[in-house]
Amino acid sequence: MPLKLTINNVVKTVDVAPDTPLLWVLRDVLDYKGTKFGCGMGLCGACTVLVGGRAVRSCMTRVGAVTDEAITTIEGLSPDGQHPVQVAWEALDVPQCGYCQAGQIMSAVALLAHTPHPTDAEIDAAMSGNLCRCGTYPRIRQAIHEAAEAAASTK
Amino acid sequence: MRIDRRSFLQLGALAGGGLALNLYSSSLAVAQGPGAPPDLTPQAFIKIAPDGIVTIMARASETGQGMRNMLPMLIAEELDVDWKDVRVQQADLNEKIYGIQFSGGSANTPMGWEPMRRVGAAGRLLLLTAAAQTWGVPAAECTTNSGRVLHAASGRSAGYGELAAKAAALPAPALSSMKLKDPKDYRIIGHSQAGVDTHGIVTGKPLFGIDVQVPGMLYACIQKSPVFAGKVKTANLDAIKTLPGVRHAMVIDGGITPAALTPWEPGMEAGIAIVADTWWQAQQARKQLKVDWELGPAVSQSSEGFVKRAEELLNAEPATTVRKYGDVEGALKSSAKTVEATYHFPFIAHATMEPQGCTAHWKDGKLEMWTTSTLPIDGRGLVARTLGIKESDITTHMVRGGGSFGRRLQNDYAVEAAWISKQIGAPVKLLWSREDDIGHDPFRPGATIGLKGGVDAQGKLTAWRHHFVTFGDGKHATSGGGIGADSYPAGFPPSYALYTSMQPLTQRTGALRAPGDNAYCWVAQSFLDEMAHAAGRDPLEFQLELLSNKQSPWASSQGDAVGDHEPTGQSVLIPERFKGVLELVAEKSGWAKRSKTPGRGMGMAAWFCHLGYFAEVAEVSVDANNKVTVHRVWAAGDVGSQIINPQAAESMGFGGVIDGMSALAQEITISEGRVEQSNFHNHPLLRMRQVPPIEVYWKRTDYAPTGLGEPTLPPILPAVTNAIFAATGKRIRTLPLQKSGFNWA
Repeated sequence: MPLKLTINNVVKTVDVAPDTPLLWVLRDVLDYKGTKFGCGMGLCGACTVLVGGRAVRSCMTRVGAVTDEAITTIEGLSPDGQHPVQVAWEALDVPQCGYCQAGQIMSAVALLAHTPHPTDAEIDAAMSGNLCRCGTYPRIRQAIHEAAEAAASTK
Repeated sequence: MRIDRRSFLQLGALAGGGLALNLYSSSLAVAQGPGAPPDLTPQAFIKIAPDGIVTIMARASETGQGMRNMLPMLIAEELDVDWKDVRVQQADLNEKIYGIQFSGGSANTPMGWEPMRRVGAAGRLLLLTAAAQTWGVPAAECTTNSGRVLHAASGRSAGYGELAAKAAALPAPALSSMKLKDPKDYRIIGHSQAGVDTHGIVTGKPLFGIDVQVPGMLYACIQKSPVFAGKVKTANLDAIKTLPGVRHAMVIDGGITPAALTPWEPGMEAGIAIVADTWWQAQQARKQLKVDWELGPAVSQSSEGFVKRAEELLNAEPATTVRKYGDVEGALKSSAKTVEATYHFPFIAHATMEPQGCTAHWKDGKLEMWTTSTLPIDGRGLVARTLGIKESDITTHMVRGGGSFGRRLQNDYAVEAAWISKQIGAPVKLLWSREDDIGHDPFRPGATIGLKGGVDAQGKLTAWRHHFVTFGDGKHATSGGGIGADSYPAGFPPSYALYTSMQPLTQRTGALRAPGDNAYCWVAQSFLDEMAHAAGRDPLEFQLELLSNKQSPWASSQGDAVGDHEPTGQSVLIPERFKGVLELVAEKSGWAKRSKTPGRGMGMAAWFCHLGYFAEVAEVSVDANNKVTVHRVWAAGDVGSQIINPQAAESMGFGGVIDGMSALAQEITISEGRVEQSNFHNHPLLRMRQVPPIEVYWKRTDYAPTGLGEPTLPPILPAVTNAIFAATGKRIRTLPLQKSGFNWA
């Protein structure tokens, strides 16, 4: 049975089993390849997307469970990479291999939406579900602070 | 300039490191290809559009070390263009025009520093010559600036874009005759340039191996034997083929012969390939597989058995004397104090964030593949041999990989994808699950080392004797498990012995970031710390004194190593550089005035590998439950005269420290031939809350620049465990930390 999904404000219809993980619908059915596969068990956060504004692990989210909610992927954060988190990430050249970064960015966006001025401890708490094998954590911390400042100064 | 083995080695020598980069001789030989090495030309690397936009080919693969920036930056600097006008394009595999296309051994900086700058300078000369010919003026009167050629006397100037067509038709000059810029004139080198893919990464562009899309492509997964080198007896393939989306299911016989020593790139592992319309469908079908395996001889292997056998070997006469000088036994006998200790480190997996995979397209007897390999020429050879085709019938595209750390030097995933594509006659994307990735990794092998050292009444090191018990067939050690017989502190204690014994291992192993050094540094720098404490000396002072005691004559040969670890070039280890980073990190960390509160402590360690020198200090606290918090880390590195891309270099420093800390808590264990770990819950990576502030400092010296991928890592392991000793008085001689009763907080 076709399912309707609202992804980055666009309604898409997909014909997949409802227990298919959202990750694989995004990547291989709808061609949103920014969201990455890392572990398939919700352990690494590489697949993080926003569902109703919350950061969720799309590898563990059945697509049938999110048909009524707004889904945001890395591609939907801004048309041109101008979301404050993306700008800060680029300014600090956060990525090394870059594979985990879409998930890191989505977790950071969710954090800042609820906690506009996070402390280091709040950043650590919100971001510790996102693994980075290259060790970009110090730059991520700094980028989140910078994004918070930039967002505050444009308000 | 010819990038052959000889001149490559000379580059190493220029870099102050002698002849080695901890590469694998065989891989490097493969990387260089057969026959005469190519002459590099600016035309191969540089394309300039009429509007002046410069496209520079990145010859090396990119898995996160910034190679797509670093090598093109060298070209752009000498070409004399503005970096904002440069577009970097990943080269396909074509060693005939690009030379070595290999990202390993922290080697791209020393291998690329001279030739890439010379390619840029030659490009500039061609443009300048084209302008001079156009204007009918002597080339010597022309200059360049920001992508333009200028003739001051006549006031004429022309953009590179206007001159490009003419310049490209001129004969390429000899690279060796190029005059290079004075470093004080650098405008790109030494100035941070953000990663050329950073914008694409933060906006979610499909840049990675897993993102490759080919029209008509199917998706594959492979269920491999749970025991390495096992085979399929029977499987319910007919049932699998009826499942939703499944197009093909087939047995891979594989090409691996179980042996006491599994070679580098041993070939395809046996298993079942399932090909479906989507990867998820292939994975779902996999859950329905019923396979009867012929598990083979490796089923008798276990970690417990390895440890037991290692202890037997340790207590027996060593099989081989790798290196020995001085009267070790006499010195130990006459020492005022001796210390004896046994160290164990485990197998660990690479666990790159992007699991292994590859896309391949077999069509009309030819193969096109999109691979994340960091040694793609090796992959092309393996694919050609396995499929029975010519290498010239293979097109290899090099795609950004989500991390490598040595993993993507091996090409098993590529040969699997190519083989499946040939079987089904359609393009296919193979993707491993995380469980496949950890369970079938070419592991960093573990080892057991028995050490004995002595100090005299003045607290000076008198002897260093060790017995390195590793894996292999007795003659050769398994890949990634060796050490150089000139690895520090060899050559500094007045007497020294390195013995080795081996036990068989039927398991794929390989290079992990700073191979050999990532473990041996921990052993050597921990034991040095033990010796310093036994002598009642400050570890820094003890080590500085040792470094002033270089033995002479002191040379090592290719044979002076355990396993495939080339001599590290430590026969030309420059003690002043080693001391330099130790002194710098001591100053920055406030080592001399460190507090000695119970439960809190600082540890120090340093290492030389891959031509780079790093010293690191960690400050830790340990609570009543032996939970360890690392509060701060200071790192000081000496990789020569020039940090090419400073912000990225600092990131590599952070990365090496964090990666090394992760390794302290990792372990792969084997039971009845089966790998017991499967995912990040039981093979963990450090998480953000566990990561301390890290400071990275550079000691600039007058040596040619060398690489950063590897030398940043080794010292942090002993720095942390030495700090735990300082905090608790408990010496960690067995990794992972959990096996010694400690855990991360």
